[in-house]
Amino acid sequence: MPAKYVIHHTPTKPRFRPVGKLGIVDWREDCSSCHNCVKRDCVYRLFRDEADTLRDEIGYLDYIYQCKGCLNCVQNCTKNILTRVVNPEYRRLGDSYYTPDLILTTWYQAETGKIPVSGSGYGGPFSGPGFDSMWTDMSEIVRPTRDGIHGREYISTSVDIGRKLSHLEFADGQLKIDPPPLMETPLPVIIDRIPLHWRRGAVMTAVTTAAAEIGTLVVLGESDILEKDASPRGHVIPFLESPDASAAQQGGSAPFVMIPDRPDVMALQEALKLNHPARIVAIRIPAVPTVAGRVAELVRDGADVIHLAFDSHGRELGEAQPRHMRDVLRDTHTTLVKLGIRDEVTLIASGGIAAAEHVIKAIICGADLVAIDVPLMLALECRLCGECERGQLCPIALEEIDAEFGVRRIVNLMAAWHSQLLEMLGAMGIREVRRLRGETGRCMFFEDLERDTFGRLFGKRKS
Amino acid sequence: MSTIPYDLRSAGPGSPDASPAGPEYAEVSRDVRPAPPRYRNEIGKYSIHRAPHCAACGRCVEICRHGVHVRPEGYLHVMRPYDYRCIGPDCKDTGCFCIDACPQGALKLSENPAFETLGDHRWTPDLLMSTSTMAETGRPAGNHLEREVGASGGGFDRLRFRFPDSPPPDLRREDISTKLPLNRRGDSRPGITIDVPWYGGGMSFGSTNIRALLGKARVAKAFHGFTCTGEGGYPERFVPYKDHVITQVATGLFGVREETIQRAPIVEFKYAQGAKPGLGGHLLGDKNTPSVAAMRETVVGVSLFSPFPFHSVYSVEDHKKHLDWIAHVNPRALLSAKVSTPNDVDMVAVGIYYAGGHIVHLDGSYGGTGAAPNVAKKNIAMPIEYAIGRVHQFLVDEGIRDQVTVIASGGVRTPVDVAKAIALGADGCVIGTAELVALGCIRCTACESGRGCARGIATTDDELLEMLDVDWCTQRLVNLYSAWQQLLVDLLYRLGLDSVGALRGRTDLLTHLDYENET
Repeated sequence: MPAKYVIHHTPTKPRFRPVGKLGIVDWREDCSSCHNCVKRDCVYRLFRDEADTLRDEIGYLDYIYQCKGCLNCVQNCTKNILTRVVNPEYRRLGDSYYTPDLILTTWYQAETGKIPVSGSGYGGPFSGPGFDSMWTDMSEIVRPTRDGIHGREYISTSVDIGRKLSHLEFADGQLKIDPPPLMETPLPVIIDRIPLHWRRGAVMTAVTTAAAEIGTLVVLGESDILEKDASPRGHVIPFLESPDASAAQQGGSAPFVMIPDRPDVMALQEALKLNHPARIVAIRIPAVPTVAGRVAELVRDGADVIHLAFDSHGRELGEAQPRHMRDVLRDTHTTLVKLGIRDEVTLIASGGIAAAEHVIKAIICGADLVAIDVPLMLALECRLCGECERGQLCPIALEEIDAEFGVRRIVNLMAAWHSQLLEMLGAMGIREVRRLRGETGRCMFFEDLERDTFGRLFGKRKS
Repeated sequence: MSTIPYDLRSAGPGSPDASPAGPEYAEVSRDVRPAPPRYRNEIGKYSIHRAPHCAACGRCVEICRHGVHVRPEGYLHVMRPYDYRCIGPDCKDTGCFCIDACPQGALKLSENPAFETLGDHRWTPDLLMSTSTMAETGRPAGNHLEREVGASGGGFDRLRFRFPDSPPPDLRREDISTKLPLNRRGDSRPGITIDVPWYGGGMSFGSTNIRALLGKARVAKAFHGFTCTGEGGYPERFVPYKDHVITQVATGLFGVREETIQRAPIVEFKYAQGAKPGLGGHLLGDKNTPSVAAMRETVVGVSLFSPFPFHSVYSVEDHKKHLDWIAHVNPRALLSAKVSTPNDVDMVAVGIYYAGGHIVHLDGSYGGTGAAPNVAKKNIAMPIEYAIGRVHQFLVDEGIRDQVTVIASGGVRTPVDVAKAIALGADGCVIGTAELVALGCIRCTACESGRGCARGIATTDDELLEMLDVDWCTQRLVNLYSAWQQLLVDLLYRLGLDSVGALRGRTDLLTHLDYENET
């Protein structure tokens, strides 16, 4: 058995104080300085530095950011001068997709490398759009589950990238054809091209180094590669933005390149392989409504890898009523299955992969693997405030990060994601992530459950 | 609109004499008695501020029907308002509105901003507060709180009952039965019947304060119901309540011994837990104190894992072998199997019946836990609302529905949820979080961290254990159960049904707000 794939995590404190959800407001002028102050009793010892902090004016109080919301102090204060509020800064984090809660969770994972664990039941909405309308299945009695997380069984998260043969041919007992090249990545997550406004300071060095450490791949623009001569090239997928007739010379010696879709893209793929027959070429396609047909066409023409790019919220591009990645991937996957060509191509999905559960769900819907960008920036403490896109100063000075700090935070996040993949795969009784692709039998969709349960009882669902 | 009993006007939160006293092992009374919250400043929906120019005339004490204004015997001044009891502007129409009645104009009413920071989509601030009120008073909370549904936007929260114009004229509330028989197989084992169609869920010694667990056991005794050991062993202090304690056998087999199986009227096999299906259990090392370690026969401070699944059960035949084992060790026990809600939950339920089970316990994916990965709580297995109907129909189709008791759990927060689950096809429910909310849980979700729950509920820390008192816990739960029973009877009356059994599978009495409801 090959060595078990493990991502080693190292606790890495944030550079800036994280934005907490809850804060305690203290009406100090009413304090009677009694001897049974509730602040001394805080189980989490959040108030221990309060006096020093106030006296020395060393900054904001940590307890504003670290309160766990147990309410003991608020409810026990003799004078009832404490109250709890939701931090307005917390409410301003992120957007409707990258919610404040998701950002805090990502920060936690980037700091600790651990799976977020909590008590009480799930407190969120019953279901929601996109991936929130899917539940993964698990094994009860009759389908054995796998215990990956505690290390008793090995669950593989490796995937192969490249074109695969639909069948083998033999002559005289020997394989008649050369199998096309494949590249294996130990995690079904690669790093997408980081948007320009984040490519500052040591960010790209941190991203590429982290990719190398994790053993995964990173898509880089050609200019980024030139700037970073020290980049570990084996893990880099050059993105050739506008390849021309001399494509055969482009991409250097990279074993894997990515090109945008265009009418002559197959000729381009051929040119890129001319001098490098072992090279894998990925075609990046914007996920427009007709994408399933275009993917099928490319696969029939011999495409190795298709990269479907959604917007940052996982939606189709160029539509007033865009479908979510969930539905587009299912559509594309099913189209290829019906044509009998699904196994020949590798599908990468990007945009809107914000959490470990999204990796699993995208693969269930038909992707082989996913590509991510925003979560990595969250790991580097980004708050998605959008200031950098507007040319303003970054409140966390992203351009000043230390590369090693960035590497550790990204590796931690991926370590936490990997552990969560093992949890979910184990619960599903799946021993390797390759088998999960398109395996909708291991999940339940909201609309199906509603139709079979409430539709049967109450008729048509209101639109 | 409900009112608080008069004697609360002299009883503030935390008053030691407000809790009933008595030896722990005494008979447990089902009487409702005031059990004020244990914190000094309970958080309510509204705040009432008394300005310094209050003349202490006592007018507010005289007119308030809700115990907001209290002047203890012999005191000159009125206490700081217990504003968590205030019903807000609705009070204006009752003629007892203290704000208007104050001759000095010294009282001011406002919404409490801290209230909105409580809870979540499933357990809204209103649901937390109404549950707490029921635990304090034994009566339903007032209409100023939304006490029936949460804000999750699906499942129980979108189902409503369809009431007939008027109940049958000969139906009387006192004749309505809420009893639930648990043994429907007609075999040689006892025909156990519980007084209300729900019982307490498994919480292990190790995850939860022993005093809370004893409170659960005592309320089970009062209502001829059950609580469950969870997977943490069988504390000796449970023995006086043994006729009301289910012994749980889970994959770690912690504390499972011949005598703990033999003394239990019901033995429950836990295959999975709704909050973390397919993942087994995990007690963090901090909670593994010497007493917990002794109970579980392990080493102090070491994190304890219950594996998943039972590595001796990979088929229904293996499951039957398990049940046969218990059946032989305890020939008088009913056999229950707790499973979560995968796609094939209906097949699993049938398998449990054919293996000899009396109770099929379905634990939906939004159920509670002491510690679970967030990714599991949200994403794995289906919510209970889907599973109930699926299992019920499959058992009907198999012709065995009346030979097995189906119990639902995992997101059952109110007696209305219980009724909805039964109308969808369950026989009864198991509750867990609702009991803890009655004991002061606010769902801050930090049960697993460090010393455990800061509010003294889900903890094994010696200092934090002191925050609870067994008698107080018992009374809060007795009050909660009484209020729930009262609400359930009222609901059945309005539906024109004479027993909770008659509600089972009556989906015709339900509507769904997101559907046309035409069929």
